[in-house]
Amino acid sequence: MKHPTPKATRHVNQNEGLIFEKSSPGKAAWKLPPLDVPEVDTAKLLGKAERKDLGHMPEVSEIEIIRHFTRMSTWNYAIDLGMYPLGSCTMKYNPRVNEAVARVEGIANGHPYQPEKISQGALRIIKTLSECLIEITGMDAITLQPAAGAHGEMTGLLMVRAYHESKGNARKKILIPDSAHGTNPATAAMVGYAVENLKSDSRGTVDIASLEAQMNEDVAALMLTNPNTLGVFEQDIHKIADILHAKGGLLYMDGANMNALVGKVRPGDFGVDVMHLNLHKTFSTPHGGGGPGSGPVAIKKILEPFLPKPVVITHSDGTLGFEYNRPHSVGRVRAFYGNFGMFVRALAYIQANGPDGLRQTTEDAVLNANYIRKGLEGTYDLPYSTPTMHEIVFSDKMQAKKGVRTMDIAKRLIDYGFHPYTTAFPLIVSGALMIEPTESESKEEMDLFIDAMKSIAQEVEEDPQTVLDAPHSTRVSRLDETAAARKPVLRWKPL
Amino acid sequence: MLKAIGVRSVDELFAPIPAEYRLTRDLNIPRQMAESEIVDFFRQRSRENGDEYSSFLGAGAYFHYRPVIIDSLISRGEFLTAYTPYQAEISQGTLQSIFEFQTMICELTGMDVANASMYDGSTGAAEAVMMAVRLTGRRSVVVARSLHPEYREVLATYATHQGMPLSTVAFGDDGRVNLKELEQSITPESACVLIQSPNFFGTIEDVDAIAEIAHKHGAMLVVSIAEAVSLGVVEPPRQADIIAMEAQSFGVPLGFGGPYCGVIATREKYVRQMPGRLVGQTVDKQGKRGFVLTLATREQHIRREKATSNICTNQALVALMVNIFMTVYGKVGLKELAKQNLAKSAYAAAQFAKHGKVLFTGAPRFNEFVVTTSEDPYAVNSRLLGHKIVGGLPLRKFYPELGNAALWCCTELTTRSAIDTAAGLIAESERSVRTAKEEVEEVAR
Repeated sequence: MKHPTPKATRHVNQNEGLIFEKSSPGKAAWKLPPLDVPEVDTAKLLGKAERKDLGHMPEVSEIEIIRHFTRMSTWNYAIDLGMYPLGSCTMKYNPRVNEAVARVEGIANGHPYQPEKISQGALRIIKTLSECLIEITGMDAITLQPAAGAHGEMTGLLMVRAYHESKGNARKKILIPDSAHGTNPATAAMVGYAVENLKSDSRGTVDIASLEAQMNEDVAALMLTNPNTLGVFEQDIHKIADILHAKGGLLYMDGANMNALVGKVRPGDFGVDVMHLNLHKTFSTPHGGGGPGSGPVAIKKILEPFLPKPVVITHSDGTLGFEYNRPHSVGRVRAFYGNFGMFVRALAYIQANGPDGLRQTTEDAVLNANYIRKGLEGTYDLPYSTPTMHEIVFSDKMQAKKGVRTMDIAKRLIDYGFHPYTTAFPLIVSGALMIEPTESESKEEMDLFIDAMKSIAQEVEEDPQTVLDAPHSTRVSRLDETAAARKPVLRWKPL
Repeated sequence: MLKAIGVRSVDELFAPIPAEYRLTRDLNIPRQMAESEIVDFFRQRSRENGDEYSSFLGAGAYFHYRPVIIDSLISRGEFLTAYTPYQAEISQGTLQSIFEFQTMICELTGMDVANASMYDGSTGAAEAVMMAVRLTGRRSVVVARSLHPEYREVLATYATHQGMPLSTVAFGDDGRVNLKELEQSITPESACVLIQSPNFFGTIEDVDAIAEIAHKHGAMLVVSIAEAVSLGVVEPPRQADIIAMEAQSFGVPLGFGGPYCGVIATREKYVRQMPGRLVGQTVDKQGKRGFVLTLATREQHIRREKATSNICTNQALVALMVNIFMTVYGKVGLKELAKQNLAKSAYAAAQFAKHGKVLFTGAPRFNEFVVTTSEDPYAVNSRLLGHKIVGGLPLRKFYPELGNAALWCCTELTTRSAIDTAAGLIAESERSVRTAKEEVEEVAR
């Protein structure tokens, strides 16, 4: 008798099905303690609100759950496995002490509404981190409430709007350079502003003449990323600030690239009025497959009345507390106080580095980006030769001649053991390869990366099809995204 | 490396920054600390943060047991230190886990599709309302006063500059939405009615009746669920058009308010107006099943100012905690867990009712209830604090009309002995008020 096609595969690459496919009645991974109060009659207590059935929720054992998620985890790439040069995303090492201190009992289990008297530890963490971030940015005040960068952008623009309204005119639009992150225009729309694009000059920086022409009393603010998404510092930053301020506008800085500046220069010193930080980029909190983040917003004095509420204050007896009576506040942007667990991790990172360490972190990040630029210059096209800070943007111009585009090269990079760089962004570079090594990479790891990129460039010349069909070494090959979007299957259903 | 780059010092690389702005001093922040000092610092903060109290607080943040394997699994570097799964071929772990998360949320809520994820329950509710506004082409919103007060504040912030007028509908004697008032509040311009069930007082709303009224007027029903464990034993709001959920109860630490995990679930036909990330099933070139981020044309990185939301980074790792929690408890455990919550709070409410007055008894509730005392609840809580117990949340700050009422919560972790102690202290408080009153009367005589 012929054995049917086996379901088993090599164990290192087991075909791990969906958890629902492993479920069978009676298996359990939970145990509750005996009830120390009388049992209740659910039907009597809840009446028609009683739920009878939980549908197709799984029933599995603990070892099955451990294996399920462990096997799935092995299909992921991660910083812990190697260089993750995603430009703009700042994939730096996530120190493990941060995770340990976030799990200390009183920090992990503090309730947001517990009395202030027994919340002094959490309040002290918020206060200390706030003071550090104010000093690092050179601003005057801060809110830690926003849950991520885009949420911070929204909070910042709400304050911009409240400021202008307090002057009698909310104004109509926000200027955004064509190199900006997609969140910037999406945020402006959420706060009720029209978006006006600002073009870049030949160096990839803000075109001062265009800015002067476009700036008028309808413009509430300019949202500027600095260094911008090309990794280029806006040298005319103060001129930019002056042009805005002369017409009553404000300068918003998207702090996504703050890791190029910490300890070397402070946005508050070069004319920025309001900015957000991404604790999950510059301050090492883990990306966790897409979050959680945290997006504090630092501001100049003129915006302080508009901060979201509550704000942390020091009482006359030296204890800390929350102040809710803020008549000019833009309101709340989130329940409770923000992603507190991320504050803990960011503060631990700042403490582990101190002033010297933070400065060196920035220097190493810039040094690493320049090393990669030097290593790949000539192999890949460099659309802007302007000096690079923490990230470097190449284009696929030389490889496109062979029909190989940035996404293909990125997919081939997977076969060489690296995560792809950011593809096709910023939009001002056609076929962009945006590479950010961060300070975490050693020279040895970067040499491997450069070697891989050079090898791929050679393959493009000799055997472009290998690159076009990449990746070859992964559990699944290129997935059909068009089919996924055309007829979406967004949940498992029983047969 | 400097030599390879062709510079003499690192400082040369910072030349593009105009010299007058460059920082020439050390940052004025704490000095560099050793790992042992950092751990010490946070242990100290932990001790200042009520690390040995038992608590009756709920109100949108719930203390449930977290199975150990949640942290074992999310601590794997492959989950912890990965980015958003844009590169599907090397992100199948994250993607498949999100697909399972979406499925389980659908099973529990009775909806067809669920995203992963929004920042939290409050912003999720605001985004759900904005979604209803896009879907109906109407602009105004009717909000239940029994919705979490901070969720209402967040919604107000989001609505201000989008031309979305909000009106509030009161709660009746049973703590639930006043249906008569609801009927009058809805206008032809109402995009949706937003309620919470179990609501802020722990009371389960009459979702059928509310849905009927909303739908009769062409408005959508958006239901916020803040206590996810209720889904184990409380019928989900299947009549809702959109559900905005806070999944913190499913294995996420209280963490002084965050990070938590918001989720939006809805009907299949509304999926293209949904904010946030979605994972879909597809096949690779060999026909093998795989998962990808899908319907990205809704999102900011593609649509920029025309996107359904500006959300980018969300709460992925927290969603993974939620996913593991749901997998551990599953079909049977979640029900048993919810029943224990129900039993504990029923017992506590019965004990407290002997001394204080339990409000809103005319409607079913899950694991929270409101108690009014003769003494100011802050004074009652001071008595409890001396016994290392954190009492219920005084409601006056949010609901001045409720006077001395406080919101109490019991979960499976609340012990009978803590309940009995608290009940005893409430009795003591009532006696002291009575004695004080008698003394006053004595003097007056």
